[in-house]
Amino acid sequence: MSGYTAATRIRWTEWLPWIAALAFFFLMPEYLSLGARILIFILFALSLDLILGYAGIVTLGHSAFFGLGAYTAGIVSAKLGVQDNFLQLIAAAGAAAALGAATGAIILRTRALTLLMLTLAITAILLEIANKWSSVTGGADGLSGVTVAPILGLFKFDIFNRTAFLYGLGVLFVAWWVVRRIIYSPFGAVLTGIRENRARMHAVGAPVYGRMVLIYAISATIAGIAGALLTQVNQFVGLNVLGLEPSGDILVMLILGGVGRLYGAFVGPVIYLIAQDWLAKQYPEYWYFGVGALLIAVVLFAPGGILGLADQVRDKCLRLFKPRSSAKASAR
Amino acid sequence: MPAALQTEKLCKSFGALTVADNIDFRLEPGARHALIGPNGAGKTTFVNMLTGVLAPTSGKILLDGEEITRTNQAARVRRGLGRTFQITTLFRNLPVLDNVALSIAERTGVARRMWRSASSHKDIIEEAGNLLAALGLADEAAAAAQDLPYGKQRLLEIAVTLGLKPRVLLLDEPAAGVPSHDSGLVLRQLEKLSSDIAVLIIEHDMDLVFRFASRITVLVQGQVLVEGTPAEIAADRRVRDVYLGEGHG
Repeated sequence: MSGYTAATRIRWTEWLPWIAALAFFFLMPEYLSLGARILIFILFALSLDLILGYAGIVTLGHSAFFGLGAYTAGIVSAKLGVQDNFLQLIAAAGAAAALGAATGAIILRTRALTLLMLTLAITAILLEIANKWSSVTGGADGLSGVTVAPILGLFKFDIFNRTAFLYGLGVLFVAWWVVRRIIYSPFGAVLTGIRENRARMHAVGAPVYGRMVLIYAISATIAGIAGALLTQVNQFVGLNVLGLEPSGDILVMLILGGVGRLYGAFVGPVIYLIAQDWLAKQYPEYWYFGVGALLIAVVLFAPGGILGLADQVRDKCLRLFKPRSSAKASAR
Repeated sequence: MPAALQTEKLCKSFGALTVADNIDFRLEPGARHALIGPNGAGKTTFVNMLTGVLAPTSGKILLDGEEITRTNQAARVRRGLGRTFQITTLFRNLPVLDNVALSIAERTGVARRMWRSASSHKDIIEEAGNLLAALGLADEAAAAAQDLPYGKQRLLEIAVTLGLKPRVLLLDEPAAGVPSHDSGLVLRQLEKLSSDIAVLIIEHDMDLVFRFASRITVLVQGQVLVEGTPAEIAADRRVRDVYLGEGHG
């Protein structure tokens, strides 16, 4: 829980994802391609959590920013010859931020279903542009010829995806740290206030609309960086980064992990993408069925996502084994 | 000296229905003023126009002599116009302290900050704590707002608004829904409000109105029927007919 009464120091459990990621790097080198993909979708889910989980902005069009970032990084590399990975990231972040601010300023004046449809429309339009403007985007064939210079001039992208994984981990770490600061800041508390009771925020004189556009643009920026990472790791951009499907996928991942919790964005993509990878190998034709069943189970039995369920189980265990200390903990 | 809050010929119609009809109203600086009237008299519409939730059809609203008729809600708040709601409007899932801290952070401009953690803003937290203590809510600071008894939720709503340091305070039925043995609790806190604040209270509880207010305006069918001291209002025949008659048989 963020806000003025929250403890903001980083708890030891918050280091676990990073330790797990490093352990994964050393113990499962044959899965680093999947690992890098998971890291990218964690970053994408983190950006969605900022607007959906904290500010309460519902969207089916978050792939617009992910896809724009992916294409921007691809185009500056393949068409403009920019090979520096950080310049590609910055270009993608800038484009996504601009789109986020511009579209946010328009659509955030609306609410509920209207807003949902407008977010969907924007990513559908971008998908159509990417499809038709094939001289720049490669159209339905996708954009190939993306090259990325060695990172910091030292680390080349290798076929075992070692560089890709560690690079993705590094970018995710920086983004996590920034997002965490925002969430625990007074601005983050304002976002929670907007989600909890918008009328009350207006009545304390908060410029609600301006703050929502701002967080929307920040979220778009991070989604754009995630898209750029995908381009850099794959050295290719396809149409599947835009439209309803990736928007829906990332929404499902976040719901699986737990909306409105910083680490829901970590848990969801891990479970979803590993399940997808495993199911696709076991049941190539029916794997989506497994994903669907998983989602139904989560929304029926754990509306707070997997992390919400974990919290409930932990509270129950605490009450069983240490009735006194748990009473104290909840009083705090 | 300009009025703290003033309306000139304020009108509001929804189609053929006129709910505010040429309302001329003055709230003096530091006043304790009550607005009463039977159900459907247009009290809530009037408050919603004052606070910027509804745009008037015609007429003017002035805050400290400056026109705010077209100013939006948030900007009116920043210019010193605070309000509480008839139906409790709180951040129900958030701690009591955060409810107040959010309003103080908006007033002081801290709410824009994105980098330092909210909980390291000791000045905000201390001010919120003092405000809660002043309203007798210090012991509940860590509880979720929705876990407070209703009377205390009404007080918390007042605390949230006081966090804005308003010069004009509009209280929309502060005792609505509060059990009668607790309405004294609300009144005692209202009586402690600084005399720098002009207070306009909209209230059904006549006991509370006559004990708290030094001036009373009676609104009937969107028009000001009469304005005067509590004694004048209590003695007024027309008021007895249209209003007090209802409750006192």
